[in-house]
Amino acid sequence: MRKNLNVIAAYSIMMGLIILVGIFQSWNIALSIFNLCLISAVMTMGANIQWGYAGLINFGIMGYTALGGLAAVLISVNPVQEAWSAGGSNILFSLFLIIGMVLAVRYVLNKYEKSKTRTYIIASIIILGIIIIRFVSEPGIEAIEEVDPAKTGFLGGLGLPIIFSWIVGALFAGGLAFIIGKVALGLRADYLAIATLLISEIVIAIIKHEDWLTRGVKNVIGLKRPAPYEVNLQQTDWFINLVEKFNSSKLNLISDFADRQAALNQFVIEGSSVFVKLCYSGLFLIVVIILLILTQKALYSPWGRMMRAIRDNEEAANAMGKNVVKQHLLIFVLGSAIVGIAGAMLVTQDGLFTPGSYRPMRYTFLIWVMVIVGGSGNNFGAILGGFAVWFLWIEAAPIGLYLVNLTTAGLDDTHALKVHLIESVPYFRFLMMGIGLLLIMRYRPKGILPEKIEIK
Amino acid sequence: MDFLNAIILLLNYIFVPALAYGSQLALGAIFVTLIYGILRFANFATGDMMSFGTMFTILFTWYFQSVGISLGVLPTALLAIPFAIIFMIGYMLLIDKFVFKYYRVNKSPPVQLAMVSIGVMFVTQAVVRIIIGPSDRRFFDGEKFIIKAGEFKEMTGLNEGLAIKSTQVITILVTIILVSTLFWFLNKTKTGKSMRAYSDNEDLALLSGIDPKRIVMITWIIAGILATIGGALYGLDKSFKPFTYFNNMLPIFAAAIVGGIGNPFGAFLGGYVIAFSEILLTYAYRKFFMYVLPESMEPGGLVQLLSTDYKFAVSFSILVIVLLYRPSGIFKGKVL
Repeated sequence: MRKNLNVIAAYSIMMGLIILVGIFQSWNIALSIFNLCLISAVMTMGANIQWGYAGLINFGIMGYTALGGLAAVLISVNPVQEAWSAGGSNILFSLFLIIGMVLAVRYVLNKYEKSKTRTYIIASIIILGIIIIRFVSEPGIEAIEEVDPAKTGFLGGLGLPIIFSWIVGALFAGGLAFIIGKVALGLRADYLAIATLLISEIVIAIIKHEDWLTRGVKNVIGLKRPAPYEVNLQQTDWFINLVEKFNSSKLNLISDFADRQAALNQFVIEGSSVFVKLCYSGLFLIVVIILLILTQKALYSPWGRMMRAIRDNEEAANAMGKNVVKQHLLIFVLGSAIVGIAGAMLVTQDGLFTPGSYRPMRYTFLIWVMVIVGGSGNNFGAILGGFAVWFLWIEAAPIGLYLVNLTTAGLDDTHALKVHLIESVPYFRFLMMGIGLLLIMRYRPKGILPEKIEIK
Repeated sequence: MDFLNAIILLLNYIFVPALAYGSQLALGAIFVTLIYGILRFANFATGDMMSFGTMFTILFTWYFQSVGISLGVLPTALLAIPFAIIFMIGYMLLIDKFVFKYYRVNKSPPVQLAMVSIGVMFVTQAVVRIIIGPSDRRFFDGEKFIIKAGEFKEMTGLNEGLAIKSTQVITILVTIILVSTLFWFLNKTKTGKSMRAYSDNEDLALLSGIDPKRIVMITWIIAGILATIGGALYGLDKSFKPFTYFNNMLPIFAAAIVGGIGNPFGAFLGGYVIAFSEILLTYAYRKFFMYVLPESMEPGGLVQLLSTDYKFAVSFSILVIVLLYRPSGIFKGKVL
């Protein structure tokens, strides 16, 4: 108990801050911050497995998040029948062609010795394959995109409950990580960082521009929810009774019946959105706790010890007979899969998929700030980092506004400098993140909750 | 005649824009490569440092315009650049003193320095957005075209026009002057040679009495000059927007690595490799084939290898391929 005092203290402070937001701003805001904190925590756990456990640098988090989001779309949206009949066969045929191409390349790779001719053969297979696939898929894609472009214009999904997408998102992200890991993991740390960053940009470019699959920048809106809808809640009796019970003390103060009914309605409207957010919080909390238990178990298992050995001294671990390449690939896939889950959760919560909103600042570098600030190698630290940094990211604007008002108190309200500063308040969050990261890296390089390995 | 038209078409839409864009990338790539070769880390703040320098250029341009100083046909920004460079160098040295120096002295691993540069990236981005805002800004003045498409058509009697913007010519000229001065400096002067020695083998350089503090300072000064000029030229040619500059970091990295990181000449060429392949692969060749081929063989589609949406993806794919097959770059890297 004593050993974990700092962990408990840090988490109590964090929860206290969120509750303060609930009291002073509104419970709605507090819960939406809390939900995104939970999603960020899942992302940081993924990044922490890669960086903290194994020392692998992955700047491609944005790409996996987007793939998770894509999974949510492909699982939950109802299939668009006309689009399938218009171009589905072409797309399926292209898919077979791609598989055939990959198999052909594999066959050549296995069959022949490494030589210049082999490289040329593979290159020509790939180039020919791409040209053929383009010819096959082009009419199909055009036909699909012409099916009611204002509403659909894409193939749609499977029409299953969106919860399934959390698993499928993990599979998608893990699959991408497997391919990337196969080709890029041999690179030096900083090259790997750049390569993963660029590959994630390619993923985003594809998601943005392949309209037949993702609707691209036209966005997919109105995804199904795992939680009830506010409108329905406001008309169910048990919910109204529940709200009445909760607010009975306040309601009893109002004597006039009409006023009381109006107040109750207001409470019901507010309560419904809080209730929906609470549902999400519950779901997300389950995911976070399951992942936390698994990652903690892994950290203290022989496998976790091996990963740390590989991280701290690759050559020695190799000499002890550990397959470094294989373990790196494994952990790269696992970490990315967790990020994929987070991506699907994010889209589930928002109920919409907007490929244009995936930017490296928000989805890659911010997650890295969370991991570093929280404490890499320590799961509790990483989660705390997710909470603390996301909280600051949201609350930076009010804090910035307060600071601006404080420092320019002597100035007139219409003074050009003051107006300009108030306009640029949203950018203070970048400043705070940067300074926070620099300070932590300088004075507490292991993060708020540093890695602590005890052998049990 | 048709053949000439086809050539002019390619010149107008591919060669001239790619040359200008490549020059802008090349300056950035040399900046990345210098930092990598001498300070030994991948600087993720590259794009934002360039936007920082450009911001000063714009502020000075506005100031000069407001007091009525101009260069006539040339853009006022050219006059503003030297002043911006001074501020930029000050900023670079300040960052180095308060941020990077600590890690350099402690001999931290390069990954940690790269992380620190992400912190610098956040701060720089915030400062730029707070001072000048996130919106699109054009600060070009003076004569816009050297040759207009219409004039060219009249002059030569061809169907295709060739338009050369003055910013494109300025970009290419400034790049040539700057890069040749830099190579002269690195190869012929004593300081330049000591920089190369330091990059090649730090310990040996220290043994032979090279002052590391001076090397680092000069590196930041050169980096400041390159970042400001590269950024300002890009802003003049296209427009200034902090987010675009942040994104430009990616093709710049690609250029530096393709050319062999740590090798300035490689970075210089890498910039053009990236620029030309981006534009060549995403250009629609339909009109070109209409001129070259006889009428019966005219192509039906756009004859575009990749849609322009994938412009960035091209450079990244090149980078990934180079990283996999020649990790040290097309030209051998890590020798300044």
